[in-house]
Amino acid sequence: MANLSPKKVPMPARAPKLRSRDFLEVATGYTAEQAIEEAGRCLQCKHKPCTGGCPVQVDIPSFVAEVAKGDFAAAYEVISRTSSLPAVCGRVCPQETQCESRCVRGKNGEPVAIGRLERFVADWHNEQADVPACTIAQNGRRVAVVGSGPAGLACAGDLLRMGYDVTMFEALHLAGGVLVYGIPEFRLPKAIVQQEIRRLQKQGLHLQTNMVIGRVLSVDELMEQQGYEAVFIGTGAGLPRFMNIPGENLGGVYSANEFLTRVNLMKAYVPDSPTPIRRGGRVVVVGGGNVAMDAARCALRLGADKVTIVYRRSAEELPARAEEVEHAMEEGIVFRFLSNPVEIVADDHRRVAGIHCVEMELGEADASGRRRPVVKADSDFIIDADAVIMAIGTSPNPLIKSTTAGLETQPFGGIVTNEWGATSRPGVFAGGDAVTGAATVILAMGAGKTAAEAMDKYMRQKNQ
Amino acid sequence: MHLFEILQKEILCPSVVRMVVKAPLIAAKAQAGQFVILRVSEDGERIPLTVADYDRIEGTITIIFQTVGATTLMLSRLMVGDSLQDLVGPLGRATETVGLKKVAVIGGGVGTAIAYPVAKKLHEQGAEVHCVVGFRNRDLVILQEEFSAVSDRLITLTDDGSFGEKGLVTDALRRLIETGENYDKVIAIGPLPMMKYVSLLTKEHGIKTVVSMNPIMIDGTGMCGGCRLTVGGQTRFACVDGPEFDGHQVDFDEAIERSRLYGEQERHAYERACNLFGQEVR
Ligand SMILES: Cc1cc2nc3c(=O)[nH]c(=O)nc-3n(C[C@H](O)[C@H](O)[C@H](O)COP(=O)(O)OP(=O)(O)OC[C@H]3O[C@@H](n4cnc5c(N)ncnc54)[C@H](O)[C@@H]3O)c2cc1C
Ligand code: FES
Repeated sequence: MANLSPKKVPMPARAPKLRSRDFLEVATGYTAEQAIEEAGRCLQCKHKPCTGGCPVQVDIPSFVAEVAKGDFAAAYEVISRTSSLPAVCGRVCPQETQCESRCVRGKNGEPVAIGRLERFVADWHNEQADVPACTIAQNGRRVAVVGSGPAGLACAGDLLRMGYDVTMFEALHLAGGVLVYGIPEFRLPKAIVQQEIRRLQKQGLHLQTNMVIGRVLSVDELMEQQGYEAVFIGTGAGLPRFMNIPGENLGGVYSANEFLTRVNLMKAYVPDSPTPIRRGGRVVVVGGGNVAMDAARCALRLGADKVTIVYRRSAEELPARAEEVEHAMEEGIVFRFLSNPVEIVADDHRRVAGIHCVEMELGEADASGRRRPVVKADSDFIIDADAVIMAIGTSPNPLIKSTTAGLETQPFGGIVTNEWGATSRPGVFAGGDAVTGAATVILAMGAGKTAAEAMDKYMRQKNQ
Repeated sequence: MHLFEILQKEILCPSVVRMVVKAPLIAAKAQAGQFVILRVSEDGERIPLTVADYDRIEGTITIIFQTVGATTLMLSRLMVGDSLQDLVGPLGRATETVGLKKVAVIGGGVGTAIAYPVAKKLHEQGAEVHCVVGFRNRDLVILQEEFSAVSDRLITLTDDGSFGEKGLVTDALRRLIETGENYDKVIAIGPLPMMKYVSLLTKEHGIKTVVSMNPIMIDGTGMCGGCRLTVGGQTRFACVDGPEFDGHQVDFDEAIERSRLYGEQERHAYERACNLFGQEVR
């Protein structure tokens, strides 16, 4: 008999007052009992609408059925058939616009908490005895994966399982991409990402950090001199955008990438860290996505007195995950909707003193279907600030394009591929944010998996 | 794969150290004007340092640095046989020297270490090279022999006159220009105020000037934007668009303010490192 409660079993979370001053994980996860109870809400629909909402088609009703039975190992087995990073996706996927938006229970109450169940199953699995080392027969053929974000990790994982000899090249000193330099500890503990990478290393992955491809070695050199038969490019969309308004280069103005990299990768969140960063004071964050929420909540945790998010559309259009917006509001982040900066104001030392904004109103719908904000006349106002963080988007870095002859890209910098991730260069594949521009973990992971399959096909055909 | 082992270490003057580091892949590609980013310890800072020299056959690069903060202090304590935690490069664009016939290379302080490979490259391609190098006092003078080997004219100055001429590099450069030396280009590398005043001087005389910017950096690949500066009214990233820019276009005052952003926190970290090593805080 299904559990008829119209509401999800609530996610245990640390109290806003307590958590908003430290970097420990906010949501603490279901217990086994809670997971079994929540799984009981699933109606086991035969046509599986939820699976249709998942970019990698996880067989959701089947894994939830196993959770309901208490067979967590079986549940993990179902998820891992199509997903490589369940502990990550369970935490960071926008479930409300994907699987959970299609859930039949959601028509009359809350949908089944699919994301929370996925996280529970993955965490349960990770707590079990260590995975045994690789037993897959190696085929001795070498492939290169450039970039170690979700796209690269998923691609490498599948290629390893197929028996390829995989080397991953990462520009930074630590692997994980946005999962380690962008998404903060309180939302995605770094230990989870490191565990994932260690697991791949046990399966035979060669990881080379400090390798900026396009500088130290080019894609052509990887293939012609270093003996890699195929290359996957998963270099993300790491180039920060600015608004090009006056004052953006003042001291105290950060791109969200810089601020978050200092906090996460360079560990400014650890007390006594040598990494310098602006702590305390009044902080304004410009933008409304996950990146803006993360930057705002990090600033708060570093001791800011007041953190304000300035967003040019209204609350309904916020692109961030619903849970993050909710958490940010609970923690006391102030939202100024329908506001747009026109200038960052300086003090006598050319440091940030405030941000000059105008109010907006929503006009006609634009190409994306969202109503376009237009400036309201005579609506200027200034928010005093000691630091401003610009979180208005990123685009793919031009380095790979500019150093790889014949690699086609779109005007915004995204690498052109077919549906299988093949680029205009034979043997070179790409996926994730490097292709689409800034998107999501699950789409990047899915693209990595698709490309792995295509690379396998390419190498088999090449062999004949 | 690569170990980044320190193969040679030499104290050039009490606060300036030269190290030769094993890094075959970087040595194979490095060119004058490019830089590397390194870390000394797990959880340490990432700092950019210019490639002062390279040996493609031995697979080594040379770095020269002044102990100005916590990380450079820790770096200076490493010995031959120790290894760097991380080393990545070569980053940034190489110095453009093509077609130059007569050049003035201006170096200030430890910036002379960065100016040296540029002067050497120009000398090797047959250009007439005039070098003007300035230091605070005689104890800080470095690379005199190296510079004389590649310069057609070498002027060394100190602020207090304790070595070479007394005065600033701009004094010497003005004299050279006013006595009729005609340069295709002036290349200035050193502290921000020095590069600012060199650029103001050469602007008066309409001589093309290139400066090497060394702002705060993290990744060195264009990802963080922390290294940005305003050049000709446009935002540029020093790590990928530079580090060299047209000195007449750079907003130096802004760059100076940005470089001071973490003064206090850096000072604090430096003092902690000094305590750790039992060294006197300067
Ligand atoms: C702060 C923040 C919060 C986010 N929150 C969410 C969320 O809650 N949910 C969600 O689904 N998505 C979220 N995203 C988006 C998501 O993280 C990205 O879509 C995803 O990480 C893209 O994966 P990727 O593998 O394509 O690239 P990335 O994760 O960007 O990884 C690319 C890697 O390639 C490396 N690289 C780049 N150039 C080179 C080179 N030339 N040579 C070698 N290596 C190179 C980079 O250093 C990086 O490690 C967030 C993003 C940010 C920045
Ligand atoms: S150092 Fe990060 S963009 Fe230049």
